[in-house]
Amino acid sequence: MSADEKTKKLNEIALQLRYDIVEMIGVGNAGHLGGSSSLAETIAVLYFDKMNFNKDKLKDPNRDRLVLSKGHAALIQYAALCEAGCFPREELKKVKTLNGLLQGHPDLSIPGIEAVTGSLGQGLSISVGMALALRLDKSSARVYTIMGDGEQSEGQLWEAAMAAVNFKIDNLTAFIDFNKLQATGPTKDIFYIPDLDKKWDSFGWNVIKADGHNVDKIANAIEEAKYIKGKPSVIILDTVKGKYFSFAEANAAYHNGILTEETKNIALKDLDAVKAGA
Amino acid sequence: MEKQSLRKAYGEALVELGKQNSDIVVLEADLGKSTMSCLFKDAFPERYFEMGIAEQNMASVSAGLALAGKIPFYGTFAVFASGRAYDQIRCSIAIPNANVKICGSSCGLSDFGDGKTHQSVEDANIIKTIPHLTVLNPVDAVEVKKMMEVIAKIKGPVYIRINRNDLPVFTSEKTEYQIGKMYPIVEGEDAVIFATGVMVSKAVEAAEELNNEGIAVQVINVSTLKPLKKEEILKYIKGKKAIITAEEAEKIGGLGSDIASLIIGETNLPFEQVAINDSFGTSAHSYEELLTKYNISTIDVIKAVRKALKK
Repeated sequence: MSADEKTKKLNEIALQLRYDIVEMIGVGNAGHLGGSSSLAETIAVLYFDKMNFNKDKLKDPNRDRLVLSKGHAALIQYAALCEAGCFPREELKKVKTLNGLLQGHPDLSIPGIEAVTGSLGQGLSISVGMALALRLDKSSARVYTIMGDGEQSEGQLWEAAMAAVNFKIDNLTAFIDFNKLQATGPTKDIFYIPDLDKKWDSFGWNVIKADGHNVDKIANAIEEAKYIKGKPSVIILDTVKGKYFSFAEANAAYHNGILTEETKNIALKDLDAVKAGA
Repeated sequence: MEKQSLRKAYGEALVELGKQNSDIVVLEADLGKSTMSCLFKDAFPERYFEMGIAEQNMASVSAGLALAGKIPFYGTFAVFASGRAYDQIRCSIAIPNANVKICGSSCGLSDFGDGKTHQSVEDANIIKTIPHLTVLNPVDAVEVKKMMEVIAKIKGPVYIRINRNDLPVFTSEKTEYQIGKMYPIVEGEDAVIFATGVMVSKAVEAAEELNNEGIAVQVINVSTLKPLKKEEILKYIKGKKAIITAEEAEKIGGLGSDIASLIIGETNLPFEQVAINDSFGTSAHSYEELLTKYNISTIDVIKAVRKALKK
């Protein structure tokens, strides 16, 4: 596959994941549309390009792991796992139902999910533990962790940040979905955390910035991180919460908003327009 | 009676397990010389992780190690191992049933000098409420070693309490040990005392004293706080005239209330609880002073038995 073909394919997958999110939320239900769609390109690149991930080898000790520390964006991970064939498509519509497979937040009972997340701030710590285990086993596998920007106020993740540097962990790449909104409003208004990049740099991490909606730049950042030895890397993804959904872009109401018949139709038209323009 | 260190037994057991299984890893939060996990550090430095004074991270890192196939034992003072990391135990460890072993060291009032911030009279009470957890409270150093061997082999999270002070040895290396089983230490037919941890030794002293008065008390070592098995309790209350529970922990959510809730409707026997009544600890120069202050000393067990038997 040529580089252009790969870019096209990954963008198509990211778009499909967004269609899946809309399908999962359905009409009349709340769902984390905003923080899921801001991650569509990153999730597409990880599962369908950069990660050593095989739906038939979900327990392979040498598989790469993805821990979604911002577990409320589970829909985007479920979409990717479904597209990869980890569970049947029918499960998407049964998300968060009593007899469905897909829980409101990532759960180990779901094929392809690596950790229980959703109580924010814990995913990076879990990932540090996985990275240490893989190093003890002399495995070449990597651990990827995705955190939110609102999540950066959780103290525990800074404990984990220090631990990763203390142990010179370099088989771990973290991401921050810098979408600038949290549950109740703009992150800078709710709980202002200036100079995130400088903070991570001063904690001893290798900091990379990337356009979180550009699959090539995300892929390049992931490659760059792999070659940094002796310390972990964090990729700060510049993203738009609710990306490609006209009513939800940069709108905190769709952190966990309800789709109506009308907004669902708009959502699908928005995605159709992206598809037509692609 | 011979006393032995439970902490040393914990550290030695870690080393023994480390020899048997290369997947055993140990995490500590700057208290390894107190919990005695430092013995493992000396033996297997590459499998020992000093996590700094960051217990929440330590709990979740342990979960990650377990999810990637290791058998982590993390230890610190019980109050920090449990309450400080409650949500990490709940979400990172217990919900996914991660194979993490948690050591709550210096449990109860056993860290007598450090006072209420470092003593933990409610750690087991809160940890027991978390589904998937097995909660153990060994009576002596010999039982610590037997428990460690068993918990390293079972899959799933375990919380084990370790007393800071040397305690009398009641169990033997020769006798069997199973999680969930209760073991009689003293035989007697008038009343039964279900005791746990340090309170087993207090109950045994009480039984000896009462025996001089012609009251025969059976003392049961309840070293598994969860799962607490109803059939085991029913076995030992059969034929007795009174039930007494003894624990160095908060009465609310403690062993006594757990036993009571299991046997509601099964018996009308008089029931007395020896436990700490809704109070934090405090500093003292000795462990015994604290057991007396919080009404959980030998004399308090004797009084409870007499009250239950109306003698």
